[in-house]
Amino acid sequence: MKPFRYEHADTVAAAVTALAEEPEAAYLAGGTNLVDLMRLDVATPEVLIDVRRLTSDRIEELPDGSLRIGAAVPNSDLAADRRIRRRYPVLSQAVLSGASGQLRNLATTGGNLLQRTRCAYFQNVTTPCNKREPGSGCSALEGYQRDMAILGASPSCVATHPSDMAVALAALDATVCVQGAEGGQGPDGELRIPLTELHRLPGDSPERDTVLRRGELITAVELPPPDFTATSRYRKVRDRASYAFALVSVAAALDVADGGTVRDVRIALGGVAHKPWRAWKAEESLRGAPATWDSFRDAAAAELAQAEPLPGNAFKMALARNTVVATLLDLMEAAR
Amino acid sequence: MDVEITLRVDGTDHRLTVDTRTTLLDALRERLGNTSPKKGCDHGQCGACTILLDDRRALGCLALAVAHQGADIVTAAGLVNGGGGEGDGLHPLQRSFIAHDAFQCGYCTPGQICSAVGMLREAAAGWPSAVAKDPNAADVVLDDEEIAERMSGNLCRCAAYANIVPAIADVAHRDEVAAHRDEGARR
Repeated sequence: MKPFRYEHADTVAAAVTALAEEPEAAYLAGGTNLVDLMRLDVATPEVLIDVRRLTSDRIEELPDGSLRIGAAVPNSDLAADRRIRRRYPVLSQAVLSGASGQLRNLATTGGNLLQRTRCAYFQNVTTPCNKREPGSGCSALEGYQRDMAILGASPSCVATHPSDMAVALAALDATVCVQGAEGGQGPDGELRIPLTELHRLPGDSPERDTVLRRGELITAVELPPPDFTATSRYRKVRDRASYAFALVSVAAALDVADGGTVRDVRIALGGVAHKPWRAWKAEESLRGAPATWDSFRDAAAAELAQAEPLPGNAFKMALARNTVVATLLDLMEAAR
Repeated sequence: MDVEITLRVDGTDHRLTVDTRTTLLDALRERLGNTSPKKGCDHGQCGACTILLDDRRALGCLALAVAHQGADIVTAAGLVNGGGGEGDGLHPLQRSFIAHDAFQCGYCTPGQICSAVGMLREAAAGWPSAVAKDPNAADVVLDDEEIAERMSGNLCRCAAYANIVPAIADVAHRDEVAAHRDEGARR
């Protein structure tokens, strides 16, 4: 591990300024991904600015019924919160299906969003990787592809985003609150970014995971007031029953009218793209359609029509389709 | 870069100078001579380094010592006498692991036991798991599936799981019986 200086900031503004001024500085929260990447020499900050006690570790209910989740809320507390479990069960389930009890106790809400891909080539400094070293090439194109993307990838990067939590947040229309050096439009110069727009597709600059600019700090995540989100769930398919990243995961919420047609639906996919993948096309195909196995399959097909699988992960096409259908059928069962 | 820090470990404060790169795991083992947390993978994948940080289970290998000053750190060694043990001073989980022959080489055992201590507290607080049938249930029933899921962050290369799960279940169910008894006594 490269030597580094450890610093505290007293306020969010001071942390933002400190990081903006230090070219080789990084924020430290729970550290469960960053410390590992530093040990692997993938991350080589010269200064760590500890922000774990700077942002809120509470989940606050706002007057309109929204929930504001402080960036320092541990993953464990988020998953255990009674309001989250009752109003947005998909979020609790997604968090609980990620990592282990020990990791969830340290990992934070903000840090979870900013964790890096677990692509084996990204984490191995002896192999080419455009995300780690722009221009060096993508080893996965001719290599191990089981964990790679089928949607929205580019010739320079086929890595997937590893978060389960972010997939549920994408389905729930969450908003990410950011404090930046430049200031923003909200109170206290807060920037507000829809979660579905926080993470980027790789294009030809896969070294950038998100749209955040240097120094910007996530301070909270907001969930809009609950609607039909109480009927929501997370389904994750992986190579072992627990403590593994998703091959494919689905976060979904479903609202079926009395006549049996889909009034509204939200679907997001994990394990398939460089970002949590909101399945807008599948949703569009389902609204107003009968809530049946056939419609669910057609909706999944509509989303996956734009997929470009690699030889080593073509199985994800059927897996994603079947997991979408199974999750929606589960929700039909739950609503009955 | 060296920094002077204070760590509270198993009830005792220690003042020491460490390089900022030092993890809690290395500080405990290499600097304080407490070798009960083990270094397995050193990447947060095996759970052998599990300790309790302010009563919550956590991985010592991914926690920088400099970032956890002021935390109450408890290791498997510190559970002896402090965990409501009787006679031999062992924590009930430690005694149960012995009674159930819940280890072979024993390398993962201190991490398993610290993890189980934290896990039982989480279940008692009503925290759900990924295998919960009803995520909104008020109480957690720790059947074998729940225990396996909640303990999935601790790997055992000897595959002693067949005895680890019953060792934990035994203590969990004794706690449940005790909780019901206490509740009955209060009525």
